[in-house]
Amino acid sequence: MSARRIFARPARLAAIAPYLWMVLFFLVPFGFVLKISLSQTAIAQPPYTPVFDFSEGRAALAAAFAQLSFDNFRLLVQDNLYILSYLRSLVVAVTSTLILLLIGYPIAYGMARLPQRWQAVAMMLVIVPFWTSFLIRIYAWINILQHDGLLNQVLLTLHIVSAPVVWLSTDSAMYLGIVYSYLPFMILPLYATLSKMDASLLEAAGDLGASPRQAFWLVTFPLSLPGVGAGALLCFIPIVGEFVIPDLLAGSNSLMIGQTLWLEFFTNKDWPVASAAAVALLLLLVPPLVLYDRLQRRQLEANR
Amino acid sequence: MPLLRIEGVAKSFGNFRAVDKLSLDIRAGEFFALLGPSGCGKTTLLRMLAGFETPDEGRILLGGNDIAQVLPHERPVNMMFQNYALFPHLSVRDNIAFGLKRAGMARKDIATRVAEMVALVKLEGLEKRKPDQLSGGQRQRVALARSLARRPQVLLLDEPLAALDKKLREGTQGELMELQRRLGMTFIIVTHDQEEAMTMAGRIGVMDAGRLVQVATPRNLYEAPASRWIAEFVGDINLFSGQVTARDRGRLTVTTTEAGTLAVSELWPPVTKEAVSVAIRPEKVKLSRRAPATDAGASQAINRLEGAVIDVNYLGGITSYRVKLESGAVVRSSMANTARLDVDAYLAGQRVVAWFTADDCLVLEQ
Repeated sequence: MSARRIFARPARLAAIAPYLWMVLFFLVPFGFVLKISLSQTAIAQPPYTPVFDFSEGRAALAAAFAQLSFDNFRLLVQDNLYILSYLRSLVVAVTSTLILLLIGYPIAYGMARLPQRWQAVAMMLVIVPFWTSFLIRIYAWINILQHDGLLNQVLLTLHIVSAPVVWLSTDSAMYLGIVYSYLPFMILPLYATLSKMDASLLEAAGDLGASPRQAFWLVTFPLSLPGVGAGALLCFIPIVGEFVIPDLLAGSNSLMIGQTLWLEFFTNKDWPVASAAAVALLLLLVPPLVLYDRLQRRQLEANR
Repeated sequence: MPLLRIEGVAKSFGNFRAVDKLSLDIRAGEFFALLGPSGCGKTTLLRMLAGFETPDEGRILLGGNDIAQVLPHERPVNMMFQNYALFPHLSVRDNIAFGLKRAGMARKDIATRVAEMVALVKLEGLEKRKPDQLSGGQRQRVALARSLARRPQVLLLDEPLAALDKKLREGTQGELMELQRRLGMTFIIVTHDQEEAMTMAGRIGVMDAGRLVQVATPRNLYEAPASRWIAEFVGDINLFSGQVTARDRGRLTVTTTEAGTLAVSELWPPVTKEAVSVAIRPEKVKLSRRAPATDAGASQAINRLEGAVIDVNYLGGITSYRVKLESGAVVRSSMANTARLDVDAYLAGQRVVAWFTADDCLVLEQ
């Protein structure tokens, strides 16, 4: 066996590994969900028909296959409950991402301009909350926001309000929770691009007559766009499907698609409709994912 | 009144005194080089001229106005950066137009000026390229065009050729000089490369530890360095320390331990100390098989040092020799290879006389 072959084989295996992972943990489960989304609900175990039984021969399998239909997807379009959920998810995700950008950019910018040794400390401070369970942190917020919680106590003591304010079960509380939870995902990619930026570019801009403000908008900001894109998509995509934060902090009058999914699965026990909603959500998320991939590729090429 | 007057400028970073009460005048239209080893403060001085650093004390007068505290974007001065600092997201054209747009120039005039600059640095056809699609030499030209586009009163160049390879560097040196002459602009270049400074600049300011130790034309800097340190920093030199033992009508006799008694012509101002160094450039040390018979000109004293050649380095244009004297000291000599075939070339081990005239020596205080 030639030396080239010995090295070629593990290399080829390594290249296959991510695809294998995708097939095993994404495509196969997605196939199941897709199949359920084309089935009908039934009071049975499992709660849908048809069930493919490979032991009953080809004819039975073909008959089961014929029962599959797009009825559930039709329902998604007809009942505005789903469309409203999708829209709310999009609105919440876009709004949250914009707020995250407005808060995260100055923080990342400030971090990148700190002296080197303080940058490491600032980085730690951004990451430290991850050491506590996400759920516990959200429950802590409930504690702070509740009727006799810390926030209302402070506001009352400082005489900013005369009666306790209702914070919990409002959109404000939900946005607060989302922004709080996703801020590190916005800051880190922004910090990564901003800290790499060549300081002499800003000096050059100043030298050529740009005020510090112009230098920021003409040089720093355009050069940080890959970081803005990465941070925005890293936040936007999971926020669209967010379930826990709106469920715990927002009111129950309008639902995000994650909550609707949960209701269909566990309260209504309508697996096929829930699966259809999940498939539709995935299709909704694919365009931003492709966009993210493109952006990353362009950044890689730019850094060549 | 010079175009640029630097008056007692000082700058410290913490305890490090980068520039120490430095004063310097630069005339309009001059090509001036700041030369010094790394860490001597030359870049800090340049950055103070550009406005990226603020002097702790002193004044910087440009055309009579103190600009020491003026922000970089409000100075009629431009800088070409060592790493070029081209904006990677902008095309060649937009990089060059950047400063013009900030100056509020009309769109039509910007287009004209950019075209003019592109032609000046010979980048026609590359206007739409991004910096990462250019070669090192092309990037250097874009940086130059960008810094010249605003027609600054003074152009500052921070090691502008350091990133180019030797061949390209030599060609670019000539182009920079030609450009400066044609535009009649004042150029201040910072470099650690003495050959580069001597090639391009009309005057050179040598810096050491934050101070300007000598300002002179390239020839004066080389032939009449103000101190032993400068003599060693600029070019090669042989140095012999000794004592002045006799003084007679501009002729000193210096007794050295390494090279015996040497006759040296005294320069102005005369040395005041007894302990001196006699310095002689290698190309002024001639070698011969026998001592030259007598002084050619009656007044020319000739110093003769006997020794043996220890190594020969053929460098193409010149050959450099190292000759070991009886005292153990080594004298370097370099001779131009004026003929293609040299039957008289010296070989290692050969006994020779190294000789030089009193006028070719320098006497420097220790």
